[in-house]
Amino acid sequence: MLLAIDTSTGTSVAVVDHDGGVLAERSTDDPMRHAEVIGTFIRDALAESGAAPADLSGVAAGMGPGPYTGLRVGIAAAHAFAIGIGRPFVPVPSHDAIAWSWYRAGGSGPVQVVTDARRRESAVSEFDGLDGDGLPSRLAGPALFPRDAVPDGRGTRHEASIVHAGAVGMLAELAFAASRLPLAADEPLYLRAPDVTPSAGKPVLR
Amino acid sequence: MNRETPLVLGIETSCDETGVGIVRGTDLLANAIASSMDEHARYGGVVPEVAARAHLEALGPTIREALAEASVSLDELDAVAVTSGPGLAGALMVGVGAAKALALSLGKPVYAVNHLVGHVGADLLDDAAPLETPTIALLVSGGHTSLLLVRDLVGDVEMLGETIDDAAGEAFDKVARLLGLPYPGGPEIDRAAEGGDPEAIRFPRGLTRPKDLERHRYDFSFSGLKTAVARWVEQRRAAGESVPVADVAASFREAVVDVLVGKALAACSDLGVPRLLLGGGVVANARLRRVAEERSAAAGVDLRIPPLPLCTDNGAMIAALGSKLIMAGYEPSGLDFGADSTLPVTDIRV
Ligand SMILES: [Zn+2]
Repeated sequence: MLLAIDTSTGTSVAVVDHDGGVLAERSTDDPMRHAEVIGTFIRDALAESGAAPADLSGVAAGMGPGPYTGLRVGIAAAHAFAIGIGRPFVPVPSHDAIAWSWYRAGGSGPVQVVTDARRRESAVSEFDGLDGDGLPSRLAGPALFPRDAVPDGRGTRHEASIVHAGAVGMLAELAFAASRLPLAADEPLYLRAPDVTPSAGKPVLR
Repeated sequence: MNRETPLVLGIETSCDETGVGIVRGTDLLANAIASSMDEHARYGGVVPEVAARAHLEALGPTIREALAEASVSLDELDAVAVTSGPGLAGALMVGVGAAKALALSLGKPVYAVNHLVGHVGADLLDDAAPLETPTIALLVSGGHTSLLLVRDLVGDVEMLGETIDDAAGEAFDKVARLLGLPYPGGPEIDRAAEGGDPEAIRFPRGLTRPKDLERHRYDFSFSGLKTAVARWVEQRRAAGESVPVADVAASFREAVVDVLVGKALAACSDLGVPRLLLGGGVVANARLRRVAEERSAAAGVDLRIPPLPLCTDNGAMIAALGSKLIMAGYEPSGLDFGADSTLPVTDIRV
């Protein structure tokens, strides 16, 4: 059983089990307020699933791409929860979870996953179905493109405004069962160097 | 929960230090700090996105380091404390997200606290003598320059004044750059000022004229001083003369220290509070400590300066404030709090 967290778009928290599937999930597509809602989402997902922290065998996290400030909240929470229960942290690319959800909902053929990357840019990945282990086959990405110049993909374009933590968790479960971990490095998929222009918010610190 | 000597882990991520501290009651067990200062050096100041990325990388290892240093295990903790604000929003959120999750993973409560009050709380960990209130507190760093009246650490803190432009630490950074010295400027200015004459050049003391004092009695301003130093140096260079770096550094530093200590002691005198506490990274400045000591003694004010690792941003001070809240019987924060970059000092806990 895994706790799964994704804050690459809105905020989503789930408890999943390899055999039982998604036991509980709490999600909002609100692109703000990640720090505010993450705690109650974790508490409620655990309560609904009936799992105690000690019952979990790890914590999966969506590593983006996604707007950085929110993205970091979920990754930080997942790291800390994993430390708290002394279990592994399992990074998962968030676009893989979107593709997995899309195929599980009946989609077939190549799919181009598109999410908002702010600054009039989109983050784009392409997949070519689920492989024998049930994991999405990545063809390309994630990469950034100007919002109005996303190249035509090989198949269906799927614009997503929420990444379901249940999908993040199930990918981690499937990858573990198939000895395919890790699915990603333990670092956020930022896709951009840090913006070094001075913060407009700085005066509040003074 | 043990309310007499609670074991608290504190997380601080408001600026460029990732701090995790552990205290038991008012005993310091661990003060682990990872700083991203080196990464900011090439930009000449703290870059919020760089700081936030560094926090995320450093937080896990710093939690582990603190636990090892304190020789305690997570299940022994009574509570987790975290800085909710003020500070850089994206940086704060890393700590808030982690603190909530850590607390939930352990089934322990979380206390969200005010960073500035945390600086005062650092003094609780000083074994020499307990923190006495009321006290005036002068908090000076690269991020803030604030003068507080602390009547009760967990119940009644008032902002008397703060900088209306640059933080004192920022002024040090900017003047250092002007003199061709690296970042961070504080220690560089200190070194350059050695052997310099602090009275060689009379730089302006911001917001100290009678007219300014009416509106800004306890506020600070360092941007005029920075401009005055720049103009003085430029005029020298334009005239083809060499710049006496030691004298400029010493005179600039004297102007900063003079205003900081002058206004803090004015507050002590005006409000009848014979106690002054210093906090913040600029306390590392030896000249500031010396002038504060001399003038406090002359004014009959009891001066307290926590050990330097507790003056710069750290998690131990956050743990100490959380511990104090528990000992005073306060209930934990709910799970709904966020990061508040402008959290007022009157909000000691969130
Ligand atoms: Zn500070």
